[in-house]
Amino acid sequence: MTFRGIAAGVAATFTLFSTTSAFAVTQISWWHAMTGANAEVVAKITKDFNASQKDYEVVPSFKGTYPEALNAGIAAFRAGQAPDIIQVFDVGTGVMMAAEGAVKPVAEVLEEGGQKFDKSQYLPGIVAYYSKPDGTMLSFPYNSSSPILYYNKDIFKKAGLDENTPPKTWDEVWEMAKKIKSSGAASCGYTSTWLTWIHLENFAAWNNVPYGTNENGLAGTDVKLEINAPIYVNHFQAIADLAKDGTFKYGGRTSEAKQLFLAGTCGILTESSGGLGDIVKSGMNYGIGELPYDKDGKGPQNTIPGGASLWVFGGKSDAEYKGIAAFFQYLSKTEVQQYLHETSGYLPVTMAAYEATKKSGFYEKNPGRETPILQMMGKAPTENSKGVRLVNLPQVRDIQNEEFEKMLAGQETAQQALDNAVERGNKAIQEAIGN
Amino acid sequence: MTPRVVFPNKILPYLLVAPQLAITLVFFYWPAGQALYQSMLREDPFGLKSRFIWFDNFRRVLADPAYLNSIKVTVIFSIATAVVAMGVALLLAVMAEKVIRGKGFYRTLMIWPYAVAPAIAGMLFLFMFNPSIGTLAVLLRKAGVHWDPLLNGTHAMILLVIAAAWKQISYNFLFFVAGLQAIPKTLIEAAAIDGAGETKRFWTIVFPLLAPTTFFLLVINTVYALFDTFGIVHAVTGGGPGKATETLVYKVYNDGFVNLMLGVSAAESVILMAIVIALTAVQFRYIERKVHYG
Repeated sequence: MTFRGIAAGVAATFTLFSTTSAFAVTQISWWHAMTGANAEVVAKITKDFNASQKDYEVVPSFKGTYPEALNAGIAAFRAGQAPDIIQVFDVGTGVMMAAEGAVKPVAEVLEEGGQKFDKSQYLPGIVAYYSKPDGTMLSFPYNSSSPILYYNKDIFKKAGLDENTPPKTWDEVWEMAKKIKSSGAASCGYTSTWLTWIHLENFAAWNNVPYGTNENGLAGTDVKLEINAPIYVNHFQAIADLAKDGTFKYGGRTSEAKQLFLAGTCGILTESSGGLGDIVKSGMNYGIGELPYDKDGKGPQNTIPGGASLWVFGGKSDAEYKGIAAFFQYLSKTEVQQYLHETSGYLPVTMAAYEATKKSGFYEKNPGRETPILQMMGKAPTENSKGVRLVNLPQVRDIQNEEFEKMLAGQETAQQALDNAVERGNKAIQEAIGN
Repeated sequence: MTPRVVFPNKILPYLLVAPQLAITLVFFYWPAGQALYQSMLREDPFGLKSRFIWFDNFRRVLADPAYLNSIKVTVIFSIATAVVAMGVALLLAVMAEKVIRGKGFYRTLMIWPYAVAPAIAGMLFLFMFNPSIGTLAVLLRKAGVHWDPLLNGTHAMILLVIAAAWKQISYNFLFFVAGLQAIPKTLIEAAAIDGAGETKRFWTIVFPLLAPTTFFLLVINTVYALFDTFGIVHAVTGGGPGKATETLVYKVYNDGFVNLMLGVSAAESVILMAIVIALTAVQFRYIERKVHYG
């Protein structure tokens, strides 16, 4: 009797275990680099997705800053422990693309997962940036931003400028900056975050001039930089001249300059649309304009996205890929995209979500929120404006920043700085692709 | 003469050091060996393709003007940090000796900053000297100094040295205070009776008798400036402006984890390892002999 009881118990336990495993959900790991309000968005989206079905569970984990998350992903891959999904920032795109065999194109994941992949439902400028030359989408654009111009209306008024007319061209920016400085409305006229992203990569796309050969690297990895062409030299010489008396003020290599604008030190700022949140929060009287263009260029064309996208690692099971496909399909849903766009300030990635946001009257209530989308969608991208893709873009940006700093410190002219940036950058690119 | 310990059993001493040996093997020899191997590889970040290239990475590193610049930066930074940190600490220690009431209170205050993490110390100074919002930056500007560590390499270096030295002053202070207390009062009193002034007493009696402490601190401070200041550089300047504050350690990080050139980065760390070994050997072989251990 006792024996039977035990046997029954054992059998029951076995049954219990096997039932659980039969109903076990497939876990999908997602490594990301979102903090603050954006991290809450990640938490809410995954929670809602997990609640919406029973087969898969997306488990997000925070892995530090963008570069830290990328490094964590690379290290994990080398150790054979790669996550399913990893969020990689825009400059890391080239690094991931060069790693064929390590990643699985998102277009493939979606199709194999039984989901239909229709490219036309996504914003063209964003999809072009994250696609192979043949149009295959490689990563899922999760959070995209675009550089725009912010200006302080109070400072404009004090300087005798029209507070409802932001500068349209760079020449107008220089003029207004000088006026702000000379009238004493502020101690600095103009500043900018991310000089490399805004004044080189987006400058090239927006003015429709080449950044490098091979369609800026989208058509092939062997790229020669062309950022010492006269249009760039003139642009940077103008900045260097303004920097001499403090009309232009340098903040740092990434988004530090935003503080100069928030503190009222500078009257005009070019910054990512993702920086809007802090400016709104500061309660200042600000205005938004499109990114200025150069009258000697062929623009305005379209801007290229910053932000980050989601990459899928290779070598996972079919069940996992099915789950990832389902999750991406969920992310593409109009209401999810609309929530993401309105809460985080990043751009919606689908046309439907954009239309829905427009219809809801969100843009009337929040002027300027549509500007980055219009900039990116205005025209079909050309070979100069699909984006910049280098296998070692972070390194090339570092080189450019170093030369800019020497130029702004008065050690080099714009011509010298850009010539050096091209020479050193080309050498670094050749070494990086010489594998 | 070093006292010798004799063990009755031949295996016991080895057993006793075994845990230490195991730790050294796992945490030093193994990674060092891997770094050595990796420094001769050329591979992409994901390790999909790799090629053995012997010493090409070393050749590349040593021919790189940025690397030579980094050596120069490191030398300037280490010397300046060690001198400032030790000089100020010695001055404070001598002064604190003279305080009659509340000695303990003063000492505790002096030792406090040592508990601050390097990155936090870096942020602290970054804020105080921030050109647009920093308190000290405003004072400097009022004094007519065009303070701009974001673009001026010398200013950035000064900022870094101050931040790095500040953190180390407490540690040095502690040792100097102990060193000062070990000096027999009779010697100083005798010199005073002989008519030696305060400055003379310091340089002819106190300073030479502090030599063992000073030597010890010199080693510690140099090693600190060379290897423990990554957090400060990362928080304060990130190696900029230009490459004005890119120390050797920071370059290893930058080339390896930002630029993803793992072979080159490994070669740099192997060179760094050789430097430490050489430095330690030189310091203990030659300089230590000249130090007078009273």
